[in-house]
Amino acid sequence: MTTVQEDLFTTGEDPHLIGGRCRDCRRLHFPRTGTCPYCGADTVETTELPADGRLWAWTSVTAAPPGYLGPVPYGFGVVELGGCVRVVTRLTEPDAGALHAGQPVHLVLDDVGDGSDGPLISWAFAPDGP
Amino acid sequence: MSGVEVAGVGIHPFGRFPEKTLTDIGAEAVRAAVAESGAGTSGLEAAFCGTAYGGVASGHKVLGRLSMTGMPIIDVEAGCASGAAAMMLAAASIRSGQYQTVLAFGIEKMPKGIIRSSFFDPWQEAAGLTSTPAYFALRAQRLMLSSGVTEDDLAAVVVKNRRHGTANPDAMFRSEVTAEDVLASRMVCPPLRLWMLCSPNEGAAAVVLRRSGRGRTGVRLRSSVVLSHLPGPVLSESTPLSGLCDDTVASPTSRAAEAAYDQAGIGPDDLDLVECQDTDAARELLSCEELGLCDPGGSAALIRDGSTALGGRLPVNASGGLLSKGEPLGASGLGQVVELVRQLRGDAGGRQVAGARVGLAHTIGRGANASVVVLSR
Repeated sequence: MTTVQEDLFTTGEDPHLIGGRCRDCRRLHFPRTGTCPYCGADTVETTELPADGRLWAWTSVTAAPPGYLGPVPYGFGVVELGGCVRVVTRLTEPDAGALHAGQPVHLVLDDVGDGSDGPLISWAFAPDGP
Repeated sequence: MSGVEVAGVGIHPFGRFPEKTLTDIGAEAVRAAVAESGAGTSGLEAAFCGTAYGGVASGHKVLGRLSMTGMPIIDVEAGCASGAAAMMLAAASIRSGQYQTVLAFGIEKMPKGIIRSSFFDPWQEAAGLTSTPAYFALRAQRLMLSSGVTEDDLAAVVVKNRRHGTANPDAMFRSEVTAEDVLASRMVCPPLRLWMLCSPNEGAAAVVLRRSGRGRTGVRLRSSVVLSHLPGPVLSESTPLSGLCDDTVASPTSRAAEAAYDQAGIGPDDLDLVECQDTDAARELLSCEELGLCDPGGSAALIRDGSTALGGRLPVNASGGLLSKGEPLGASGLGQVVELVRQLRGDAGGRQVAGARVGLAHTIGRGANASVVVLSR
């Protein structure tokens, strides 16, 4: 499986984003970096972020930005996972009018390739339920 | 910042000029500023050139064209704050006693449409995380939630700035628009429509600074600050819009404004006009809040009661703002400075703010870095 980048998310039946937790200040961040973006400590441990969260901000992208080969329009926003870390993400719902603040969302993996070279797997968040 | 004054300013109009090179555009602005300063082509001791997309030694090429080499010529990159960053360094070099007369200029020639930025990693592009207007839209939506700003308020910002822009011969768009026109323009990223977003374009602006003596004649530079955000994940480190991933991290604009007011010994109540970052209509309102022009959450009232329109209590973007001028990144901040200098001299024609004595200019660059400049007559 080709992914947009290694070490961003786990794959399989129950995927999770891979974040970092600083052993010094205990704060979470995503994507995981070798150095804590808050305090600069280099003692960051890898942690799987909750796959469920709530929608914090959202819009839709109607023109493909340079380097993006996937379907357009697509949803885009910020989700709050486990009430502790906010993640910038694509959303599976391209219609901004179909979403609302605080809506429950869950992580999915999907294809952002152009179909020419097999699937290119990235992550997105999907609204729960209908 | 006592002791530094503006000796001369020059601008190349902001717009699209397919027949001109970046060097052509820059040379026009620099030539005008140097002529106004009376310094002569050999009277400058150093030059700082702000540009984000200009490429290697682009400032050097401009000054080479004008036979003004021989001094240090240093390009400065800080995204949309590049020109203001050049100004900060120029002012500091005078204040430190190193130089008497220094040139700061900003130049840019941007393509149309969404800007590709080397700031992003390839995986961020592939994952669909690099649409700049989408980030603007998220900030706009949060402002609407936190401050009660409506779509009509966003349209009103565009109508105001485009009306101001009709009196600015250096602006790209010089026609009025109605709120209906704005709200009928194409939706780009909800809630932001096409006419609510500024256009990347081309242009240049230049400022000659000098140490002021007893015979000061120019506009005084009271503060020139550039500050970045405090450590923290700024939207996965991928945008100029801190606060989305963690709103406990102070915005660079608030930090730069606080430092600039402190340096100038003034507060927001002392201002007569403001040129602020209006890369989109919501950004102007958010800038007003972050600059302390109103209480947090109070920006909707500013646009509704006409406070920030010409003739109001504190005109914002009397030049027409980036919504009328377009945005040549490296020239943006110094274009604001040129506007303030003209206003403070009383030379702003049909967009003159009556009796203007103190003005503030503000940009935000990728990173994020924010700049705040305060000038007074």
